[in-house]
Amino acid sequence: MNQTFEAKIWVLGDDIDTDIILPTEYLALKTVDDMKPYAFSPLRPELAGMIKPGDMIVAGKNFGCGSSREQAPEVVKALGISCIVAKSYARIFFRNAINNGLLLIENSELHDAVTEGDTAKVTPGEQIEYNGKIYKIESLPDNLMEILDAGGLVNAMRKKNGL
Amino acid sequence: MGMTMAEKIIALAAGVKETRAGDIETVTLDKLMSNDGTTHLTIDMFNNKIKNPRIADPGKLIWIVDHNIPADSPKTAASQKKMRDFAKEHGIKFYEGEGVCHQVMMENHVRPGELIFGADSHTCAYGALGAFGTGVGCTDYLYAMVTGQSWLLVPETIRFNLKGRLNDGVYARDLILWIIGRISANGANYKAMEFGGEGLKTLNMADRISVCNLCVEAGAKTALMEVDDIALGYLREHGREPKAIVKSDDDAVYSEVIDIDLSEVIPVVAKPHFVDSVVPAKECLGIHIDEAFLGSCNNGRIEDLRAGAEIIKGKKVAPKVRFLVVPASRAVYKQALKEGILETFMEAGAIIMNPNCSVCWGACQGVIGEGETLISTGTRNFKGRAGHKDSFVYLASAATVTASAIKGEITTADML
Repeated sequence: MNQTFEAKIWVLGDDIDTDIILPTEYLALKTVDDMKPYAFSPLRPELAGMIKPGDMIVAGKNFGCGSSREQAPEVVKALGISCIVAKSYARIFFRNAINNGLLLIENSELHDAVTEGDTAKVTPGEQIEYNGKIYKIESLPDNLMEILDAGGLVNAMRKKNGL
Repeated sequence: MGMTMAEKIIALAAGVKETRAGDIETVTLDKLMSNDGTTHLTIDMFNNKIKNPRIADPGKLIWIVDHNIPADSPKTAASQKKMRDFAKEHGIKFYEGEGVCHQVMMENHVRPGELIFGADSHTCAYGALGAFGTGVGCTDYLYAMVTGQSWLLVPETIRFNLKGRLNDGVYARDLILWIIGRISANGANYKAMEFGGEGLKTLNMADRISVCNLCVEAGAKTALMEVDDIALGYLREHGREPKAIVKSDDDAVYSEVIDIDLSEVIPVVAKPHFVDSVVPAKECLGIHIDEAFLGSCNNGRIEDLRAGAEIIKGKKVAPKVRFLVVPASRAVYKQALKEGILETFMEAGAIIMNPNCSVCWGACQGVIGEGETLISTGTRNFKGRAGHKDSFVYLASAATVTASAIKGEITTADML
């Protein structure tokens, strides 16, 4: 997973919690596709309808804080978000996102620099190019890259453990 | 170089002699708790996505219906039926109607030294008994359920040295909100929060569970308290023995050490929409409320109900305010019944509900409407958490919540 891609940026703030990513009242919907229109609705009801497959989210600190609901990263993935770049992530969301094959990138500077609607060029594990400037990014540990490359933990476990 | 409690418990579960913050270990879980928030998703993946579905050790699984009990729609009824049927088929310990999952776990299952995954973020509550509890999503849960194992990044630890004692009218709930306000909502991200010191001895088990339970709101991976006579007394009372009693070594390495004088803590309130938006309760006096909630895994124990009952005895809930009282478990409910506490709340005009997660998670009963304000002993005050996206949640202690229910606006018990 180190191919360079270009993505349109949606900007969110600090402490984007799991109730914002997907409010409780929509958790009981049957499929993650049914949940898609309600992603981020408490904060920006129109956002889910505007996100196109391949877009990226750039956010502040503590992205995904709150509950362990896995529907949160699932719905972001289902919207077609290619990656999230945040200053930091809450740990349960971090695990859940990787387990669902959603690429997370940590970077402390990009959020302060970006304008929504612009595009950035992302090379996972290496760098993000935005507005002529290069932002270095770290690769995830090997065990997490294995999960991401397999497209999530269930696939990785099928591959590795034969389960 | 010594080890912290978190490092020792992970080393035990990984079968290694020592481990350090930053290491990644493969661990064997002691217990696996899951509730009706996500178990139906785990079952779907188990049935549909795995080639050879099997459960490593069904004896380690504990499933609890608490988020939507009793079911409030055909959808939740179906999801609970799926969980009930699967548990029966596979011999999984199953509770419904017994209480909020973490309270049921504390009363019946958690043992010092255990490493427990819970498919719920507030699993860190188990640290009150010196167990490493941590919240995971349903895919991590599935993996652990099928293989018996998982991976963990060994966390750094922030050590909290408690001294002194909380003043009258100040509660453990104030203490943990005060700590979160001080270190912020990601102040302990990925880390363990370890509590010890002389001041710990002044906190009873209800206090300790309340403190540990909320540590995830500071981002913590787990919370851990030193196991002492109070913890062991609780364990014996509930008929269990420890797996292992671990204590951090004197030369253990902490990322930070924070000294807290309990006598400096005052009644506080976390304002909408962030748990770390903590201010002295006195700064919120006079804010109109529509609903008050006394309950949840954080603050629905008998001690919390007693605190509320003492304040409301002989008084009435303010007109046009709904005051929901929700004991955290059947055991708590029965005890409150025996002590006349439920009668006191009923006389005052409160609505007593069966043990469940209630409005704390914005499903179940008691959700609030557009523009409404709730004061709550629940776990979170995120935007829209308790109902409509344009509603407001203030978090406070059982005493402040009860006092506010009487006044119809935010107030503290000493102002009544």
